[in-house]
Amino acid sequence: MTPLHLSHYTASSCLGHGLDATLAALRQHRGGLAPCRFETVRDLATCIGEVAQVDDCPLPAAFAEYECRNNRLAWLGLQQDGFNAAVEAAIARHGRRRVGVFLGTSTAGILQAEQAYRRRDPASGALPDDFIYRTTHNTYSVADFVRHCFRLEGPAMVVSTACSSSAKVFASAARMLASGLIDAALVGGVDSLCLTTLYGFNSLELLAPEPCRPFDAGRNGISIGEAAAFILLERPAHSLDAGAVLLLGTGESSDAHHMSSPHPEGLGARMAMAAALQSASLPATGIDYINLHGTATPSNDAAEGKAVAALFGDRVPCNSTKGATGHTLGAAGGLEAVISALALQHGFLPGGVNTRQVDPGIPIQYLTDNRDLAPARVLSNSFGFGGTNCSLVLGRAG
Amino acid sequence: MKLTAYLDGIGLLGPDLDNWDTAQPILAGATDYAPRAIVVPPPLALPPAERRRVGLPVKIALAVAQEAIATAQADAGQLASVFASSGADGDNCDVICRTLASEDRQLSPTRFHNSVHNAPAGYWGIASGAMTPATVLCAYDGSFGAGLLEAMSQVGVSATGTLLVAYEAPYPEPLHAKRPFPAAFGLALVLMPQQGPHTLACLQVELAAGPADHLANPDLEALRRQIPSARSLPLLQALARGHAARVVLEYLEPLSLAVEVQPCR
Repeated sequence: MTPLHLSHYTASSCLGHGLDATLAALRQHRGGLAPCRFETVRDLATCIGEVAQVDDCPLPAAFAEYECRNNRLAWLGLQQDGFNAAVEAAIARHGRRRVGVFLGTSTAGILQAEQAYRRRDPASGALPDDFIYRTTHNTYSVADFVRHCFRLEGPAMVVSTACSSSAKVFASAARMLASGLIDAALVGGVDSLCLTTLYGFNSLELLAPEPCRPFDAGRNGISIGEAAAFILLERPAHSLDAGAVLLLGTGESSDAHHMSSPHPEGLGARMAMAAALQSASLPATGIDYINLHGTATPSNDAAEGKAVAALFGDRVPCNSTKGATGHTLGAAGGLEAVISALALQHGFLPGGVNTRQVDPGIPIQYLTDNRDLAPARVLSNSFGFGGTNCSLVLGRAG
Repeated sequence: MKLTAYLDGIGLLGPDLDNWDTAQPILAGATDYAPRAIVVPPPLALPPAERRRVGLPVKIALAVAQEAIATAQADAGQLASVFASSGADGDNCDVICRTLASEDRQLSPTRFHNSVHNAPAGYWGIASGAMTPATVLCAYDGSFGAGLLEAMSQVGVSATGTLLVAYEAPYPEPLHAKRPFPAAFGLALVLMPQQGPHTLACLQVELAAGPADHLANPDLEALRRQIPSARSLPLLQALARGHAARVVLEYLEPLSLAVEVQPCR
């Protein structure tokens, strides 16, 4: 593919609001997971990665119909790192119809429906009048909200492929840019805590009781997190700073195997990584760091480890940052693309936290400590329920 | 900027629209349209264990996908796919919300994994064996338009044959009152980068402004207005008539999609 410039980006997660807080936590090898006290949940012994102050940030009155945790998190995220101003500048450069919005989410504002069901009319069973489906519960609501915030008039959609959602938006946006339909794309992911995912992963016995430990020999499940990550993608200017970050390749595949278990040999994951390398016109030796999907369930990490080892051997330092951020589900691809961009821009490899003893049965070079090594190109993996896989290759311009 | 693709196969399922073959004369106006309940074939392509677990949207998506693949005589394993829907499995969503609002919040694992918006794509992979890229998207009432644009850009940019599947199934109450779909509906299109022996028509899609086309038949027009995947009906009607045509489909305000249809047989 023709490289695209990540002309502006930001992320907010349990590590903090915006890039400075995120970078500081990564540099200090610090995570943000804490015991779950979310909403009314008192019966799940697990840790979560909750974004601070989401409840304290109501939407401006003009956007009241969009009021829900997911859109609040989106709004909070848009206020960081001058992202709002960068989007306005892109609109000034290209026009309102030439900026697309492609965001990933798995559950959007479903929490709004979960809470509305508690307030059903006792006689009729009807949901309360203040529950607005279109702007909160519907999967598209977060892209609609962001498009509405910037009064954009271009193409838009939500990609909702579970935990690969906000990686796949990069591929869709790249196709839209290549086809000439748009000149800039606002991509990323927003996924927020809700009861469906907490009790859902609990039903699958996939919630770790302690902060999750990706690729640890004793790993025992995920910690659910939430995040808002936004990236502005544009065609590169003729001259870019050496520190500028480019999207070099995208690769997508399907497992065609099972709804909630990965292909045991990681075949789909391997195909996605190989397709991303091919799209970037790079050999496997061209990658300096891999940000793994690494959810910390026994089967996911084993399958991904096999796929990475098959393509890269143990040559490439890699790890999962989910020990620090939790698994932010539909926002994970976007968040981890931003973390990968920070590693490229600031010249370090963020070591995985919580992992005490790396699984000796997985023959990859798993980093548990930060490393002062400036990567030129990184690969970021995102895989999800339904056997959906996406890998991205990002690189420094200089 | 026009995106071009060759349409090799169509699948359709809706009220009194049992498949593309029998729906063609209805859409062309040669046969009366008599709305009746949708008849959904069982998902026989799935292994028995999965077959029992799937809800209505998966059954619809698989039925139209298989019909389109069969008429195109295409190899499903070679096609990328795009699934577009405004909602996921409404019955499943209702049960989950009821359970979470109750004293006992324990969910069934199957209910949870079926709750993802990409469940039909996951089951399609299991049914077809396709390990190709599958994108699953939502744009509320503009979901069909968004799916068509995504599929056309896959075909144009990646030069990959692409299966587009769009579908909705009604929510039960109380969500139905908030998002009322009168019926289930689904369609699938097999879109190819080159013309082949099975090509039905050449499609060219571009962003446009202005109102979407309406249908003269009031019952079909009601479907078009009320179900996002049925926003495709003006295109299907043009294909059923078999003449060159330009149709305008609803997308996202202020944009619409203009589709030029050039029959190839």
